[in-house]
Amino acid sequence: MLPLKEKDKPVVQKLLSSGCCARCVLRFCCVLVQSLYRQPGEDESEEGTRTATEQSDDPPKKRMKLDDGLKGSEASAGSGDAEAPPAPALSHCVVCLGVLQEYCSRDHARKVAEAVKTEDYHFETILLSVSLPAQLCVREHSCWLHVKKEMREKVMTRVKDDIVPLKEAFKWSVQGLIATELGESFWRESRCIEESIIFPTLSSDCLLLVPSWFRCISIGPQCSDVFLLVHNVEIVSYCPPHGFRHYPTPPGRPTSICTSQAIQCLHTSIYVAGRYNKYSRSLSQTPWIIDGRRMMESSVEELIAEPLASSFRSKGFNFSSSGREDVDVRTLGKGRPFAMEMLNPHRYRFTKMEMKKIQETINTSSDKIAVRDLQIVTRECMGHMKEGEEEKTKSYTALVWTQKPIEKDDIIFLDDIKELTLDQKTPLRVLHRRALAVRQRVIHSMNASFRDPHHFYLRLKTQAGTYIKEFVHGDFGRTKPNLCQLLKMDTDILELDVEVGNCGTSYFQKGNPGKSTGSMTRIVQLGLDFSGDFPRLDVENVIFFFSFQKTRLKQYT
Amino acid sequence: MDCKEEIDLSAPGPSVIERYFTRWYKADVKGQACEDHCILQHSNRLCVLTLAETHPILQDGRTIKNINYKISNGCSRLNNKVAGKSKRGGQFLTEFAPVCRITCTDETEYTIYSCMRGRLLEVNEDILINTSLLLKKPSTDGYIAVILPKFEESKLVGENLLSREDFEAVVSKRAADVQAQPS
Ligand SMILES: [Zn+2]
Repeated sequence: MLPLKEKDKPVVQKLLSSGCCARCVLRFCCVLVQSLYRQPGEDESEEGTRTATEQSDDPPKKRMKLDDGLKGSEASAGSGDAEAPPAPALSHCVVCLGVLQEYCSRDHARKVAEAVKTEDYHFETILLSVSLPAQLCVREHSCWLHVKKEMREKVMTRVKDDIVPLKEAFKWSVQGLIATELGESFWRESRCIEESIIFPTLSSDCLLLVPSWFRCISIGPQCSDVFLLVHNVEIVSYCPPHGFRHYPTPPGRPTSICTSQAIQCLHTSIYVAGRYNKYSRSLSQTPWIIDGRRMMESSVEELIAEPLASSFRSKGFNFSSSGREDVDVRTLGKGRPFAMEMLNPHRYRFTKMEMKKIQETINTSSDKIAVRDLQIVTRECMGHMKEGEEEKTKSYTALVWTQKPIEKDDIIFLDDIKELTLDQKTPLRVLHRRALAVRQRVIHSMNASFRDPHHFYLRLKTQAGTYIKEFVHGDFGRTKPNLCQLLKMDTDILELDVEVGNCGTSYFQKGNPGKSTGSMTRIVQLGLDFSGDFPRLDVENVIFFFSFQKTRLKQYT
Repeated sequence: MDCKEEIDLSAPGPSVIERYFTRWYKADVKGQACEDHCILQHSNRLCVLTLAETHPILQDGRTIKNINYKISNGCSRLNNKVAGKSKRGGQFLTEFAPVCRITCTDETEYTIYSCMRGRLLEVNEDILINTSLLLKKPSTDGYIAVILPKFEESKLVGENLLSREDFEAVVSKRAADVQAQPS
């Protein structure tokens, strides 16, 4: 039932006679009662509408039935005017081109629900997002110009922004139906609305606007179609009346209606963190590709990601870690903290036991790496990881070769060296991509253990950023002092292990394991990245994209 | 847990130079007999200019009196400064650009040339203080300069130079010629 008043009558009549649908009439009457939009349209069960009782608290109120709106002037009972235009019965709305008609039907809601079910997502709450063709705003503007006078007669201060946006009306109309089809009610009321933009092909509705007015905003006619469409909404809202003179008001009868282009489901990212050890001296942290050729079969990142991706049924991932090690260096100790963003996961909820199981799967699938403390974390954790808040002191073990034969006693003096300051020129091996500088780094302590006359193990505790390989072989004398100088003979490094995680800070907040409270939602479509703060959205949100594309508009070409 | 990538420690493995560098040579630079230079090219394209083991300075127990990176009144390699990742401001060297002059105690003077095109990144100031470094470790701590070829030319560095194999052939031919000459 519509809470429309006598005063609305001229507007309603004008809209109906122009070919507006019932929901568009509500919009232009600035009706904010969401439940009214939910009532089924003409193709739905009319039971609810028919049996609705009249509200008695407002006697002068003129009531309309939603479905009657579409059927034309006979709905405006009591007016009995002869000038009622021919009913545009059963044709599509000239303003929304069917968006508020068949796309708000139970049939369509069922289709959407099917699409979600087919993807087999696990989720708790969902968010509906709709992309509409940009040219709809031209029709909207045209309609506004058409009824502006009548709207202002009713309320003096009416402006175009008072009209309920098409997207809002669409969501109010259809989300309840989709929820019912999905068998649960998980819509968040009010604020959880997300928009997306698509770039439909330039249609005649837009073209009409261009030549007459577009130059006024000093962009020039040569600007791209894409730019034009993105700014269409703005252009229309600032468009002076004369800019619209080539466009009919009210908008003409469409020959075709919007079509649904795609229904996309997208689950917000889930973040998984842990620590990893690398036991191989021929494994890079991330895929190592030179000139398009893979230099190594796998990588730490891939070995961890694959079992995770299959458990989360995600589409891609982003890996980040606190620092990295060279290809030929093992990472021992508790392990290096890492985080993994699982993109568009179809499953998001895992118990501690299940996470343990995934961890085991990773650990048994390769002996080159191992992970521990695998857990679901917040998005913020991912950020901390990138800041690379690394440990200030690092522990290494190097296998050192000596040119001359040594005895145990020859290397024991190394244990007594404390807080040795090195002057390290940027190593030759990284000089091609880093600035040339001399950096002072401190070796806090060393511990040498004899292996055989030409080899010993050297354990080092150093300041972060010390280049160990260069300290051992000297890098053409560019690290001073170096081990060659200390031992007065050539030395070289054969193996290097780094120990990570034994003296560092904890990256994962305690008392919050496995709890996701992401307050950000990220939507990426067509290369556009919309990031924004949304009030208290759960990470578990699934976002639907509806893309409506207006296929043809013959009448103006 | 270890994935068994044990290395053989019974014999010395490849040296730092052998692991990361390609050795290129230029024999009889500027037509001066035996004044051989060596360019060590790192796999990251960076080059280190050194004397070849066969250079006259390194023969017959000679000693160095002086090493001078000032190659003319207007130009000293010691003034070379590079800034940032892109190494702005480094002097650009062509193939026959002199890098330094070395005078031995017997007053013979040798000029060391770039032997390649590229940006000079650094010279070795240590050999100015400790000239014996050049004699004792000519291919490592006694290097002459570090030069960065242009990215697009980095794969061509070896084209105007001799490979180690070719250079060894030149050296043995040289030895054979000396023996063949009646003394
Ligand atoms: Zn409509």
